[in-house]
Amino acid sequence: MKYDVLIAGGGLSGLTAGIRLQKEGMKCAIVSSGQNAMHFSSGSFDILNRMPDGRMVSGPASEIDNLPAYHPYRIIGKDNTVRLFNEIKPFFAGCGIGLTGSVEKNSYRLTPTGDFRPTGLALDDFVLLETKNGSCSRKVMIVNIFGYLDFNTKFIADALERNGMECGICSVRLEEIERLRKNPSEMRSTNISRVLDDDGICGKFADEVNKLLKDEECVVLPAVFGLKNPGIVDVLRDKVKAKVHFVATMPPSVPGIRTQMRLKHVFEEAGGRMFNGDTIVSAKCSGHRVESVFTGNFGDMELKADNYILATGSFFSKGLVSTPDSIYEPLFGIDLLCGESRAEWNNLQFFSKQNYIGYGASVTGNLQALKNGEAFDNLYVIGSVLGGANTLYEGCGAGVAIVTAMRVAEIIAEKQGE
Amino acid sequence: MNVQGSISENNFEQCIKCTICTVYCPVVPVNPLYPGPKQAGPDGERLRLKKGFYFDDTLKYCLNCKRCEVACPSGVRIGDIIQLARIRYGRKSPKIRDMMLASTDLMGTAATIVAPVVNGVLAVKPVKTVMDCVLKIDHRRTFPKYSSGTFENWFKKNACKIQDRYGRFVSYFHGCYANYNYPQLGKDFVAVMNAIGYGVRLLDKEKCCGVAMISNGMIKSAKKNAEKNLSSIRKAVGEDMRVLSTSSTCTFTIRDEYPHLLKIENGDVRDSMELATRFIYEQVDKGNVRLAFRKDYKASVAYHTPCHMEKLGWSVFSIELLKMIPGVKLTVLDSNCCGIAGTYGFKKENYETSQAIGKPLFDQIRNVNPDFVACDCETCKWQIEMSTGYTVKNPVSILAEALDMEATIALNKK
Repeated sequence: MKYDVLIAGGGLSGLTAGIRLQKEGMKCAIVSSGQNAMHFSSGSFDILNRMPDGRMVSGPASEIDNLPAYHPYRIIGKDNTVRLFNEIKPFFAGCGIGLTGSVEKNSYRLTPTGDFRPTGLALDDFVLLETKNGSCSRKVMIVNIFGYLDFNTKFIADALERNGMECGICSVRLEEIERLRKNPSEMRSTNISRVLDDDGICGKFADEVNKLLKDEECVVLPAVFGLKNPGIVDVLRDKVKAKVHFVATMPPSVPGIRTQMRLKHVFEEAGGRMFNGDTIVSAKCSGHRVESVFTGNFGDMELKADNYILATGSFFSKGLVSTPDSIYEPLFGIDLLCGESRAEWNNLQFFSKQNYIGYGASVTGNLQALKNGEAFDNLYVIGSVLGGANTLYEGCGAGVAIVTAMRVAEIIAEKQGE
Repeated sequence: MNVQGSISENNFEQCIKCTICTVYCPVVPVNPLYPGPKQAGPDGERLRLKKGFYFDDTLKYCLNCKRCEVACPSGVRIGDIIQLARIRYGRKSPKIRDMMLASTDLMGTAATIVAPVVNGVLAVKPVKTVMDCVLKIDHRRTFPKYSSGTFENWFKKNACKIQDRYGRFVSYFHGCYANYNYPQLGKDFVAVMNAIGYGVRLLDKEKCCGVAMISNGMIKSAKKNAEKNLSSIRKAVGEDMRVLSTSSTCTFTIRDEYPHLLKIENGDVRDSMELATRFIYEQVDKGNVRLAFRKDYKASVAYHTPCHMEKLGWSVFSIELLKMIPGVKLTVLDSNCCGIAGTYGFKKENYETSQAIGKPLFDQIRNVNPDFVACDCETCKWQIEMSTGYTVKNPVSILAEALDMEATIALNKK
């Protein structure tokens, strides 16, 4: 079986590259071993929030040249990075996904645990504040769904009150949702969302919320709306007699999954092929070229492509593997940017900067994978399997995933065009 | 999936509690009594390993569709964990009804002899009512019709001898459906394989793959069938034949459920057991086989991916073959469970759940409004036909209809 481009990994980065390439007229397939980090998405797409030395960033573009030379943004260069930053919003809009915020100036989002954190862009379900001490209205009602434990109303109220807002907390009980509680373990965001996807039931929910309102100008709700019916978010906003703001919940993330399903749909509609639940188990290389790969499901049948993209994610997705004394990239044995000894890998202070999160593949300026210091001709690396960016500490995971994907798509399209 | 560093037999400890599986379970949204794949699978397993007492009867609501496994980013065999727990800790022995539904060879052999009578009787309302009340087989279900005479008998009488003309051979695992209910599928398979230059052999002894026995707790019988099938498959592979099937579920059961659930090793022949569409696609892709299609064949087709096909990851082969037919306008339906899950949906207690699970699929089919639906699984076929009224055809039968047989034979003559 032969494709123009074979992508290992179906997360944010793999799908972005796949959509771009497919729309350039190339035949792509994505091998995806299980679902991805979009299922835990906060709903925000961080661009660059903090420098490696701890300094907070307000405008990502002006700081690119101050990042270390091995950072993915530096590798593809400031001009490319900033140009591609500006393509993020239009690209998602083209996929039917609305984003709010700006790549030029960071704003603040409210986290599920009641903290204001910087971010560049967010799904337009969410409201971003201009400053950390900002407020969205004077008086707020935080409404939960009775029995739902993954939305901590008190944390959120504390955070809003710190910023000078007056908060009430209450919850709504709907019989259609109550039936989910027969099984306490399944009172989850996605299951609630499936019930509330129904226009009638969502309308009933809005009525119940309205009954609770006195003079609040704003209602804060858990982001459990619109899993399969994104339009329901607007129905709710229309029916509730106050401004509706959503706050992300504990996983699974309804807005994240909706976004991932949408991207997958766009990729497939453009003619791309998904191999779900399959894993590349080995690759055949000759010289500096990858010739073909073998997967668990395809067995003895080769999958071939002109170009290959590695978007397998970091440790969680097994794009990187660690043993007690080593870290490696399991498919090709690509050179890694990583600490020599285990002592450097992590910090015993759990919430401190963890070096291992910045570990990953070493690449050329064109994002070609390096092995023993030599570049592969047709193997590119994108997203969080790339080394050089501590995505969690720096707040740049989504930005790196998207712009490296877009950049590689350009490079491959140019190469194919020649 | 290849799991690194698993230390337990069924790798439950690889679960990192991420909850992704719960999003993709088709049962959870419609039946709140089911605790969901995470709780029923790896979470419950921790307790059951301590004491079988913690086994929960609600695990019977699992369809064994394996969609949780396809979604799991950590490679946990969640569906296997649940089915193994049912096998190991289940306290209830199978009811007469379950045994009847699961004993496809026994019921099929008896019924094909007097097929018109059985088909007539099973379709009569009072009989359906009695089956509903006494056996708890839902009266809204229509049993797949039995054929007069089996595929095996037809093959022996009409096709066996002429196979010797060919220089290369494949072995056919026809399965119960082609044998007892719809021999035409087997005939179509023989016609297509012959046209592309392959002779067809049957296995020495073929038994039901055992999938319904596994899901109804008849493990001893399932193991017996598995041993017999594997020994026949080994013999065929020893004679240098691939063993092909036209059923995604039989294929999946023999390849994966035998080692995972029945603990019967098949590693030596697993790669040789495959779906006919995968084999044909591969031969065409490699240039070993060429297909010529009828110019007058026109159809709009909607392809449904059965759960076991999703798990196998092989729907691509059926889809690509259908796309090769110039007159076919193909829509690939969203991969959703149809809700029947073999015998599950026939049981009275599961009827509502079964239909609710299938609803998104049925709605989409009605929306697309194809001439017919294509699908590699016979039980999905029954469910879709019963629930939507659209005809469902196996891709191999579609190929048989669409191929210009004479031109194809000419192209593939050695």
